[in-house]
Amino acid sequence: MTDASIPKASTLLRPDARTKKRNASEARFRFYGMVAIGIGLTMLLVLMFTILTKGVGAFQQTFITLQVELLENKLDKTGARDLELIKKVSTFGYAPLIAGGFNKVVADTGIQTTLKPKDQSGILSKSAPAQLRDYVLNDPDQIGKTIEFEFLANSRVDGYLKGRVTRESIANDKNISVEQLDFVDQLKQAGVLKKRFNMDFILGADASDQRPEAAGMGVAMAGSFFMMLVVLALALPIGVAASIYLEEFAAKNWITDIIEVNISNLAAVPSIVFGILGLAVFINYMHLPQSAPLVGGLVLTLMTLPTIIISTRASLKAVPPSIRDAALGLGASKMQSVFHHVLPLAAPGILTGTIIGLAQALGETAPLLLIGMIGFIASNAPGGISEGLLSPNSAMPAQIYEWAKRADPAFYERAWGGIIILLVFLVTMNTIAVILRRRFERRW
Amino acid sequence: MSVFWLVLIVFAIAAVAYVLSRARAMKSAEGDSRKLHSLPHFYAANGALSAAVPALLVLAIWLLAQPSVINSSVARVIPDHVLEQSGSLDLVMSDVRRVADGLDEAVRQGAMTNAEADDVRAGLTDVRRRLGDVGVALGSDVRPEVLYAAQRYRALNSTGALLRNIVVILIALVGFVLSYSRTHKDFRARNVVEKGIKVLLMAAASLAILTTVGIVLSMLFETVNFFKLHNWRDFFFGTTWAPNFRGDSELSILPLLWGTLYISIIALLVAVPIGLFAAIYLSEYAGPKVRAFAKPLLEILAGIPTIVYGLFALLTVGPLLLNIFGAEGLLGVGWMGGATSVLTAGIVMGIMLIPFVSSLSDDIINSVPQSMRDGSLGLGATKSETIRQVVIPAALPGIVGAILLAASRAIGETMIVVMGAGAIAKFSLNPLETMTTITTRIVSQLTGDGDFSSPETLVAFALGLTLFVLTLGLNVLALYIVRKYREQYE
Repeated sequence: MTDASIPKASTLLRPDARTKKRNASEARFRFYGMVAIGIGLTMLLVLMFTILTKGVGAFQQTFITLQVELLENKLDKTGARDLELIKKVSTFGYAPLIAGGFNKVVADTGIQTTLKPKDQSGILSKSAPAQLRDYVLNDPDQIGKTIEFEFLANSRVDGYLKGRVTRESIANDKNISVEQLDFVDQLKQAGVLKKRFNMDFILGADASDQRPEAAGMGVAMAGSFFMMLVVLALALPIGVAASIYLEEFAAKNWITDIIEVNISNLAAVPSIVFGILGLAVFINYMHLPQSAPLVGGLVLTLMTLPTIIISTRASLKAVPPSIRDAALGLGASKMQSVFHHVLPLAAPGILTGTIIGLAQALGETAPLLLIGMIGFIASNAPGGISEGLLSPNSAMPAQIYEWAKRADPAFYERAWGGIIILLVFLVTMNTIAVILRRRFERRW
Repeated sequence: MSVFWLVLIVFAIAAVAYVLSRARAMKSAEGDSRKLHSLPHFYAANGALSAAVPALLVLAIWLLAQPSVINSSVARVIPDHVLEQSGSLDLVMSDVRRVADGLDEAVRQGAMTNAEADDVRAGLTDVRRRLGDVGVALGSDVRPEVLYAAQRYRALNSTGALLRNIVVILIALVGFVLSYSRTHKDFRARNVVEKGIKVLLMAAASLAILTTVGIVLSMLFETVNFFKLHNWRDFFFGTTWAPNFRGDSELSILPLLWGTLYISIIALLVAVPIGLFAAIYLSEYAGPKVRAFAKPLLEILAGIPTIVYGLFALLTVGPLLLNIFGAEGLLGVGWMGGATSVLTAGIVMGIMLIPFVSSLSDDIINSVPQSMRDGSLGLGATKSETIRQVVIPAALPGIVGAILLAASRAIGETMIVVMGAGAIAKFSLNPLETMTTITTRIVSQLTGDGDFSSPETLVAFALGLTLFVLTLGLNVLALYIVRKYREQYE
C-alpha cells in the first residue's frame, strides 16, 4: 500500500472546490434575498420622496398685496349702501379697481414697465375680481376707502416662483409673457409679491380648470368625512353583530359554511364591482341622489364589512374560553356571557380592525368614480348633516383623480399635495390603531 | 314627513315602550324584582324591541319595494305610441322622473302650488319654460303623456309615503301594545329577548350573502339586457373593441382581456420574484431586529391607496420610461409614444403587489414544520439548499395560492390602469404600447351621462360580471389550494 492510494486529504480547515461552490451559492442566495428587501424598501422610499418633493409646493401659494381704492362711483353710485344694488355690479366692474391698485404700486415703488394695465392685472388669478367682490359684499361699509388686499397670483406666476415655469417653457404660452415675468421679478424685489403658506388649499373648495391656484381640498374632505360617518354608523354595528353570530352562536352547518365562504370571497372582490352594485341598486333602482356621500358611504360600507368581520372574529377568538365558562358557571345566559364579558374584552381588537377598515375605505377611489363623485366642482362646504349626506360632493381620492386628469400641470402639484393630506389622515388612523393595539391588547 | 322623522318616531315609541313595560313588570311583582322571572330590563327591552324591530323591518322592505311598484304602475299609463317614438321604456321613465322632480322643485320654491302642479296640462302652459324658471332644465318639450305620467308618479309617491308612515307607525304601536299586554311577572322575558337578539345577529351575518346576491343579480339583469341588444358571440369571440355612441359598435371582450392579462403578467413578473425572495429572507435569514424593521415597512406599501400608485404611474414612472424609450429618450429608439403603457401600469402594479406576495408567502414558509429544516440541515445541506430543496417544495402549494390571490388582485385593480395604461384596445406584444383593460372600460363606459338602454353602457355590466366571475374563480381556487395545504401540517 502506498500513500498514493489515499485520496487527497480534504480537511475541514481547507474547503475543497465543491464546498466552495456550495458556500458561494449560499452567499448568492442570501444576497438575492437582501436585494429583494432592498428593492422593496427603495420603492417605498422613492414613492415617499416623490410625494413629498412634488406635493409640498401645493401648500405654498404666491400672493400679491395691493392697495385698492374701492371707488364709490363705481361700486355704489347711489351711495345708499343697498346690498341688492351693490350686487348688480359684476366682477367686470371690479377689474378697473385692481388695475388702479397696480398703477399705485408702480408709482410708489418706481418700477419701470412697459406693460399695459390689462397685462399687469394678467399676473393675478382669474378669480381676483371675484375675491374682491366677495370681500365688498361681505362688508359694504368699506366702499369709498382704500384697503390693502391680498390677491392670488396666477398659477403661471406661482409656478415661476416655484421653478416649474421658466422663461423658456412659456414660449408658446398665451397666458403669460416674458415681460410679465420681468414685472413679477420687480414686484418680488419690491416685496409686493410673496409666497406664503396657503390655508385655502387645505380648507378651500375646488376651482374650475382655469384657476388651479384657487383649488383646495376642504370640500372634498367634508365629503370624505360624511362618507366615513356612514361607514362607521353602519359597518361597525353590522360587522360586530355578524362576527358575534358566526363566532359564538352559529351552529356548524352548511348555512354557516356558505356565509363564511361568502365573507372571505367578498373580501377579495375587486372594489370596482362594488361600484357597479352601488350604481345599479342605490342610484338606478332606489333613485338615491347621484354623487351623494350617503351613496358613497353605503358602497364603502359593503366593501369594508368583510374586513371588519374578519378582524372582529379574530379578536373574539382570542378571548379564552375560560372567561365564557366562568360567566356561564355563575348563571349567565350565553347572550349575557358574550355581551358582558367577551365583547368588552375584545373591544380594543375590534376598534383596531374598524379603524384599519375605515382607513382602507378612505383611500378607495374606483367605486366612487362609478357613482358619480367626480367631474363637477363642489364649491360650497355642506351646511348641515342632511345636506352633507345628500347634496353632491366629492371625496379626497376622487378629487385627487379629478386634478390628475386636468391638462394644466399646476393641478399635478395640487394632486400630489392632496395625496400628502390623504396620507396624513391614513397615517394618523393607522398610528391610533397601532397604539390601541399596543396599549390594550392582552395576551392570555 | 321624511324617513328620518319616521325612524325617530318609531324610536320614540320604543323608548316609551321601554319605560312602560318595565313599570308594568315591576308593578305585577309588587315592586320586588326578585319575584320577576327575568331582570326588569329584559321586560323593558322586550317592549322596546317589539315596537321597533318589526316596524323598521317593514320600513326597510317598503323602501326597497316602493320604487319598482310605482315604476310598473306608472309605466302602464304610458301609451304605446310614446314608447315607440322614444325607443325604450327606460328613456320615457327617466323623462317622467325628471319632470316629476322638476314639479317637486317648483312647488318647493313656491313657483307653483301643489294643486297647480297636479293640474297643469302641457297644451295650456309651457311646462318646460316654467320649470326652467325654477332651475330645472329639460332637454326637450314635455309631451302631454309624459306630463300626465309624471303627475301620476308624484301622486303615487305621496300616497305611498303617507301609507308607509301610517303602516309603520301602526306596526310599532301594535308591537308595543302586544308586548305590553304580555308583560307580567311570570313572562319569560329574558328568553324571548335573547332569541330576538340572536335573530338580529343572524340577519347581520346574512347581509354578506345578500351583498353577493345583490352583486350577481344587479349585474346579471343588465347583462341579460345587454345580450338582447348585442350578439353574445361578438362579445365573447369578436376581436374588436370600438364603442360608438351612435350605435352599431363592436364590443368584444377579447382585446380587453388581453390587455388585462398582459399587465397582470408584467405585474406578477415584478412582484413574485421580489416578494418571494423578500419572504424567504425575512423568514429564514433575517434576525428578529431586521424582521421587526423591514416587515412593517414593506407592508406600508400595501396600505397606500391605489390612487397614489395611479398618480405615481401617470406622473413619475410613465415620463421616466418615456425618457428612456421615447423618441427623444436616452436610447433614442422611439419605441414609446406616450407616458401611458402596459409597462408603466405593470411595474407600478408590481410594486403594489410586493407586500401582498411577501406577507402571504412569509406566513406559509413559517408554517412549514421546523423538523423538516432540521432534518435537511442535519444531513449536511446548506441553508440555501434546504430552502430550495425542502422548504420551498413543501410550501409550494401555498405559494401558488398566494400568487393566484395576487393575480386576482392585479386583474381587478382599477386606478393604476385607469391612470397608467391608456385607452386603446388592441392585440399587441409590445409592452411599451398603450393598451386598455376590463376595469378601465367599465369606468369609461359608466362615467358620464350614458343612458342605461344602449348596449354601449350596458356592456359595462357584462364586463363587470366577467371580471367578478374571473376573480371569484381565482380566489376560490387559491383558497382551496391554501386550505388543503394547511391541513397537511396541522
